[in-house]
Amino acid sequence: MPRNKNIKKVLVIGSGPIIIGQAAEFDYAGTQACHELKKEGVEVVLVNSNPATIMTDKMMADKIYIEPLTVKTLKKIIIKERPDSILPNLGGQTGLNLAMELAECGFLKKNNVRLLGTGTEGIKNAEDRQSFKDTMESINEPCVKSKVVENVPAALVFAEEIGYPVIVRPAYTLGGTGGGIAYNKRELDEIASSGLRYSRVHQVLIEKCISGWKEIEYEVMRDKSGNCIVICNMENLDPVGVHTGDSIVVAPSQTLSNKEYQMLRTSAIKIINALKIEGGCNVQFALNPNSFEYAVIEVNPRVSRSSALASKATGYPIAKIATKIALGYDLDEIQNEVTKKTYACFEPTLDYVVVKIPKWPFKKFLTANRTLGTQMKATGESMGIGSNLESAFMKTLRSIEENVEELFLEKYKNYEKEELEEKLKVVDNERFFVIAEAIRKEIPVDRIHEITTIDRHFIGMVYNLIKMQRELESSQFNADLVRRAKMLGFTDKTIAKYTKKPEEEIKKFRKQNGIIPYFKMVDTCSAEFEAETPYYYSSYDEGDEVKNSYKKKVMVLGSGPIRIGQGIEFDYCSVHGIWALKKLGYETIIVNNNPETVSTDFDISDKLYFEPLTPEDVEAIIDREKPEGVIVQFGGQTAIKLTKAISDLGVRIFGTSEENMDRSEDRKEFDEVLTKCNITRPKGGTIFTVNEAKEIANKLGYPVLVRPSYVLGGQGMAIAHDDKEITEFVNEINQIVQEHPILVDKYVMGKEVEVDAISDGENILIPGIMEHLERAGIHSGDSISVYPSQNIDKKYEEIIIDYSRKIAKELDIIGMFNIQFIISDDTVYIIEVNPRSSRTVPYISKVTNLPIIEIATRVMFGEKLRNMGYGIDLYRKSNYVCVKMPVFSFEKIKNADTSLGPEMKSTGEVLGVDVKYENAILKAFIASGINVKHQGNIFISVRDKDKLEVLPIAKKFKEKGFDIYATSGTSTFLKKNGIESTALEKLSDGSEDITDLIQSGKIDFVINTPTKGKNANRDGFKIRRIAVECKIPCFTALDTVNALYKAIDLETKEEDLNPVDITKI
Amino acid sequence: MKGFLVLENGEVFEGERIGYQAEVFCEVVFNTGMAGYIETFTDPSYAGQGIVMTYPLIGNYGVIPEDFESDKIWASAVFIHNMANFESNFRSKYTIDKFLRNNNTPGLTGVNTRKLTRMLRESGTLRGALVNAINNKEALLEKIKEYKVEGVVDKVTVKAKQEYGKQYEKKVALIDYGFKHNIVNSLLSRKLGVMIYPARTKAEEILKDNPDGIMLSNGPGDPEECKEEIETLKELYRRTNKPIFGICLGHQLMALANGFKTSKLKYGHRGVNHPVKDLNTDRVYITSQNHGYYVLESSINKNIAEVSYINLNDGTVEGINYKNKNITTVQFHPESCPGPEDTSFLFDTFARKVKGEI
Repeated sequence: MPRNKNIKKVLVIGSGPIIIGQAAEFDYAGTQACHELKKEGVEVVLVNSNPATIMTDKMMADKIYIEPLTVKTLKKIIIKERPDSILPNLGGQTGLNLAMELAECGFLKKNNVRLLGTGTEGIKNAEDRQSFKDTMESINEPCVKSKVVENVPAALVFAEEIGYPVIVRPAYTLGGTGGGIAYNKRELDEIASSGLRYSRVHQVLIEKCISGWKEIEYEVMRDKSGNCIVICNMENLDPVGVHTGDSIVVAPSQTLSNKEYQMLRTSAIKIINALKIEGGCNVQFALNPNSFEYAVIEVNPRVSRSSALASKATGYPIAKIATKIALGYDLDEIQNEVTKKTYACFEPTLDYVVVKIPKWPFKKFLTANRTLGTQMKATGESMGIGSNLESAFMKTLRSIEENVEELFLEKYKNYEKEELEEKLKVVDNERFFVIAEAIRKEIPVDRIHEITTIDRHFIGMVYNLIKMQRELESSQFNADLVRRAKMLGFTDKTIAKYTKKPEEEIKKFRKQNGIIPYFKMVDTCSAEFEAETPYYYSSYDEGDEVKNSYKKKVMVLGSGPIRIGQGIEFDYCSVHGIWALKKLGYETIIVNNNPETVSTDFDISDKLYFEPLTPEDVEAIIDREKPEGVIVQFGGQTAIKLTKAISDLGVRIFGTSEENMDRSEDRKEFDEVLTKCNITRPKGGTIFTVNEAKEIANKLGYPVLVRPSYVLGGQGMAIAHDDKEITEFVNEINQIVQEHPILVDKYVMGKEVEVDAISDGENILIPGIMEHLERAGIHSGDSISVYPSQNIDKKYEEIIIDYSRKIAKELDIIGMFNIQFIISDDTVYIIEVNPRSSRTVPYISKVTNLPIIEIATRVMFGEKLRNMGYGIDLYRKSNYVCVKMPVFSFEKIKNADTSLGPEMKSTGEVLGVDVKYENAILKAFIASGINVKHQGNIFISVRDKDKLEVLPIAKKFKEKGFDIYATSGTSTFLKKNGIESTALEKLSDGSEDITDLIQSGKIDFVINTPTKGKNANRDGFKIRRIAVECKIPCFTALDTVNALYKAIDLETKEEDLNPVDITKI
Repeated sequence: MKGFLVLENGEVFEGERIGYQAEVFCEVVFNTGMAGYIETFTDPSYAGQGIVMTYPLIGNYGVIPEDFESDKIWASAVFIHNMANFESNFRSKYTIDKFLRNNNTPGLTGVNTRKLTRMLRESGTLRGALVNAINNKEALLEKIKEYKVEGVVDKVTVKAKQEYGKQYEKKVALIDYGFKHNIVNSLLSRKLGVMIYPARTKAEEILKDNPDGIMLSNGPGDPEECKEEIETLKELYRRTNKPIFGICLGHQLMALANGFKTSKLKYGHRGVNHPVKDLNTDRVYITSQNHGYYVLESSINKNIAEVSYINLNDGTVEGINYKNKNITTVQFHPESCPGPEDTSFLFDTFARKVKGEI
């Protein structure tokens, strides 16, 4: 069927902030959708609260609302914009749930808005646990024995019936929030109660545990006419029991014979036919490894993380095709964009192997529980493509940037066999490293399989890698050996390590012997047809498939997997860099390995290299492409880290030079820069040992800020108040051998201000000055940031502009840079200069209307700000106020400390935009998921030094009509100062009162400021965890509470707020 | 031990010898299926050919004898990228290497299969030789160029009539040009008895047994070579109104029997992802395919037959309905194995016709 011409104006709902379980994949899907809708002449109205996305860019849609993703707000936007349709299946679970709520309450019907794609009934039958089970039963598809329950006693009764262990899955949640495996009554009681709380509909599924079965996923598509195709199937290396988002995944499946493959394929098609899916759909199966018995675990009637992976793994653009189907096309009417010779109605076939490895945030949360289960914990992922399983795995292993290039962790080196066998039982993020060590200690493959239940084929992969390690250690060094090691994905560095030769020598030897990687095309068809798409991966099989061109080329390095501190913003910058370069007439090359992103979509750049971002891998691409130069400043720290390696090759770095980048990072040199510019910074010094740290800290006077050099998102950064703390922190940092000294600075308490700026070497342009609502000491990524700044004196603004200019000049910055300032006691300090684009660039671009990345790219190629028409120094301020609010995923990571400090912990952000400052704050709070109540109950427990400061806050809340509950100390203090509160005994005194109170759901907000240290046994830590697990907002900085109060105090309610179309500002 | 695949264009691909130690000549073709190597290797339609598997990892799930599509490997040789050394599947009985050795089939692993496939795509199917050493390349190339896939149907067909499912009331005569087991299984599972006849059986002999339907199997080689088989089909076409269902070579032979023409595809359709469109319903199905020849659309007499399915990729004929007779033939493989089961409904339809339900 051809396109439905009645579709003229479509509302696209995004997925909101990046949280664990919902990352950049929906920006990728949404961007493809918008692009396709516009190409079809449809007017696009876009809503997303996440300002760091590419889909919220002016070129992507006609009307753009960066507004809270709530039913109330969406209703307002629909009434204002009058779209005829909603595209609900590209905005993840968030978008789908919202569309369903709007449909279920009759609002869409009343306003003549149709849902495109799969109908509401199909969605309900896939999403609602009971309807899903009924649907599966009606078509004879087996599900795991399970029952939906609405209370804990019912859960216990059913578990008795089917026997433990059982899995608890809450209905309508992301990434399985609140779920888990219960092995007994006590555990079930606990998990089921938390699951019920998280479920939107207060339902959980109790299910027979089938852990140990193979977990297999099928990505399928169906059109209105019923044509069905399978894009890709995937096999989890981790058997059932580990969330698929936390599993290492391989595509296509490796251990299924044709019988099993087709059995599940047929089942998947039967299911999407029954659900009448129109678009993309994901079907998850569990398959008994010892029979043909299988069970359908889950169906997602929308694009998903897995569909993004499948798209990148096969080259088949699922989101794009899903959009076309939603517009009415059938699969056989859509061209295959990769081959341009065949149609979208076919099944991709691969002649390579794809491996995905998750990126976990455990380095950020030292107290967190690293075990993997049904609750997803990864923030992002990397993908690797290879000609065999081993090389695909090794490529991905280095892509996730955990400082490993092989399956080796020092900490397991001295484990004995028995210890390893014990350790193999633990399902955590290091499991494959333990397997590798077990093989080194000669534990048989079958024994490892027995313990882990991981398929022996996959353990065999590890065996093959270790076998190669042994060969490198003991065999004659020759070209054949090196070639075979390279084919298995060994880096020169690893080969050097085991052959005891310098890395340089390996590289030289390799090149002399013609052992170099060749680049192959991802063509969807295993070379059966000639393909047009310049999407490449490397292989040591001879045969180069790169299209030669004689245009001048520029390479842009991407930012790798999404992690805390380096999120989707850098993909925004990379993509805009590419677009700017295209405008300048260059052929563009992107290197990246994150399957979730827009930058790895094959039609963004002229050439896409899906490769690890390491010196060796990037060098191979440079050798092949010989670009004019490389841009590193858009790809976050991942790209910046490669600057030296690229410079050393004699390849030009566009923008700020390597030397000057180093001067901004290196403590000593940076001090000299500041001295030269006559700029103050907090006093401090560098140290390696605890004793040195104590000495310098005492000289400076506590509190001091401790941090390692060259890190991301303030990793390992902390404020030490005394000798004991500094000892703890320095020891923690030194657990990993430090190449660079640790920095110790005087902690200056003051107002934190941040600028992003562009320098052309002569002048600078500051798009805007951002003010943080939390005082210095909380990482800028975790602070509420306001643009334009509301409370900064003109005088300081002038100083900030002046300092920025001086720094740019002194460091000869070309392109983007970001500076963080503290204003304290009439002094402006600089705390940090980053000679690269930053987290805030996307949102500032959108609200100032400045194409920041484009300007930065153009100045790198010689244009001058003076001639570009945007002016210099500070750009004119917007009439709108924008409040950027961080969003956290603490509830997903058991035992992570939620208190804010100098180390970044948020996973994403939202933006509130309004003409009025307070309204913008309210919008931002709502968008971040906080229910801004105007009365209720608050619980306060603060450390002694904050007690004075909490007084006015408590008073305000009390006057507003809130009842206050407080820990005994805080309560006594409040009472002394005339504020009544209910006192509760401390947890450490053995009382459960606080736990009970918070769990009762009576409390609306928790205020808890952290006491010293990072001890997980303290009361504060426990209170924060209880609050987070009960989904009660918990604030650990009093500045945040003051901001919240501004929103509470407002007469305006959510329904009174006016959505702002940012294309109009 | 090293081995070499020498192609008629002079190109040489190196690999490690696996399986049986012999030097063979073959027509080199590629198959793009990602799972199903057991079924592919045992498919009689590959007789005389060397199969290049484009999926690089072969042997992962070992060898499962119950999945064989015939009693042995018919391909002359196999060329693969990586042979698994840790096979894993609950039904696996032995390794791929042993499988090849048991069947006297030689193979090469470590072959740059993508490069080889691209070459076959560009130049069309090539003949080649799998050898242990190249001593006189000129002479070898001469011999390679002399190689022809011929007489293969006679090689693969049953030597005498066989019968299965005697307990069923309705019976289908299956003319064996190199049938895959799942054709027989697909009939048996629909409660149809199957009488299997050697390829050169005369029409009379088949009709004497009074079958309720006739099935024409898949098979290897150039259809035009099968003169006697075509004569039989001409007879059957004339003398019976019983439902006839043809697959692959059976489809081509029926076309030739009606005076239509076949031609050779540049590099064939071999894989499990081929979309075909049903021209009556506009529905598209993903099918399993394995053929080097096809029926020329322009040669089809519109008074006799109409095209029922086309290949969505290249528009070639994928199915024919004969207007005046109860005959349906398809180029693809509804019996799958390997491949998708999307078109197994064709067996349902055939079974209902045989049982007189439609």
